Amino acid sequence: MDKSEIKAFIAKRCAKELKDGDVVNLGIGLPTLIPSYLPEGVELIIHAELGIVSAGAIPQPGDANFDPYHVIDAGGGPASVAYGGGFIDSATNFCLIRGGHVDACFLGALEVDAQGNLANWLIPGKRMPGMGGAMDLCVGAKNTIVCMEHTAKGNPKIFEKCRLPLTASHCVNKIITEMCVFEVDDEGLLMTEINPEFTIDDVKAATAAHFRVAVNLKSMLH
Amino acid sequence: MAKKPVLTAAEAAKMIPEGATILCGGFLACGQARTIVKELVKLGTKNLTLVCNDMARQTGPMGEEFFGVAELIHNHQVKRIIATHVGMTPEVGQQKNEGTLEVNLIPQGSLGECVRAGGAGLGGVLTPVGVDTLIEESPLCLGKQRIEGKDYLLMKPIRGDFALLGTYKCDEYGNCWYKGTMRNFNVVMATAADVVIAECEYLVPVGEIEPENVHTYGMCVDYIVEGERK
Repeated sequence: MDKSEIKAFIAKRCAKELKDGDVVNLGIGLPTLIPSYLPEGVELIIHAELGIVSAGAIPQPGDANFDPYHVIDAGGGPASVAYGGGFIDSATNFCLIRGGHVDACFLGALEVDAQGNLANWLIPGKRMPGMGGAMDLCVGAKNTIVCMEHTAKGNPKIFEKCRLPLTASHCVNKIITEMCVFEVDDEGLLMTEINPEFTIDDVKAATAAHFRVAVNLKSMLH
Repeated sequence: MAKKPVLTAAEAAKMIPEGATILCGGFLACGQARTIVKELVKLGTKNLTLVCNDMARQTGPMGEEFFGVAELIHNHQVKRIIATHVGMTPEVGQQKNEGTLEVNLIPQGSLGECVRAGGAGLGGVLTPVGVDTLIEESPLCLGKQRIEGKDYLLMKPIRGDFALLGTYKCDEYGNCWYKGTMRNFNVVMATAADVVIAECEYLVPVGEIEPENVHTYGMCVDYIVEGERK
């Protein structure tokens, strides 16, 4: 699989996590591909940090709702509100996030570990973009799902313990990569699904943490 | 209810002295008092503390050079920022490394809640967000508390000398209405500063904004500025 096929594969698997009517927050990058792969009959309420509850499709120049000065997304690009959605101020918006009203958030990681700790906001001495809403989302969403390529240029991103500064501790419920699906429980990582292109040994070689393999290990393709 | 004084953007910017703490609404400069900010840049007022979600953008949606408070940073007018994300303004990292800018990053929800506390007469905020992270070392964090078996950080309330609101419509009494995603932090910031200045794209007669649709109440607004229309 090339880069874009890997992303599409992961997004497609993530889409299976969702059911009709779920309130979902999608991080930048790969997670924004998830809505393209939703099963038929599943409509989401897309929650956007900037203050849209039920964000719609990205408008193009010339569209009636194209308004890049007044309706934008958290990346600064033009956004829209879906039919039946609304706008909300930031304080109230984060009440919804912290208060457990968001069913799932999907986001990438620099590192994630066997305790469900997540690091995705800071590389000391290198980049200091800031955490934005990521810390609130990881703590507050009912399900925090990390979706990412299994390794970074061949180097593991899944560790026994994160080394980078944390975004939040004990927050990740599931890790979905192009190789496998890990659930995070009290005992650590449990591999519940594997991509048949890889063996369990392949996953072990690409993962810097111990994991258990589920008795009823399934294929990611089903 | 009295009508609120209407100032030019330049008059409003002149009210802000060196060293002032400004709560500045806006998210990537959407819903930001950009016309007043431009005047503040012209004046060169120094040593400002900015409380703002982010430091806006170096390039606007249509390629404008500087869009919002980014220009204050580039002009070296800011000594401290409290923000949640500065990834779109690399100048912030550079000035931090040079030691000329103090940067306090806090989670977005905590920023909203700390400002709300500042405007709501509360002594702080207890939030689970930031536990086990570098936020525990932030000057805005007063420590950790365990309540019913769960850890929370006690975060300080935030207030400003000035709040600059970026609104769409404002009526003569100062009632404000925000279009789209302009609302963001403006609503809480309107409650948490000694002097609140609402920049609007359209100054409208009282009654044009229906009472049910007032987002920021005129009682919170001290001055009105009619700014640039987009």
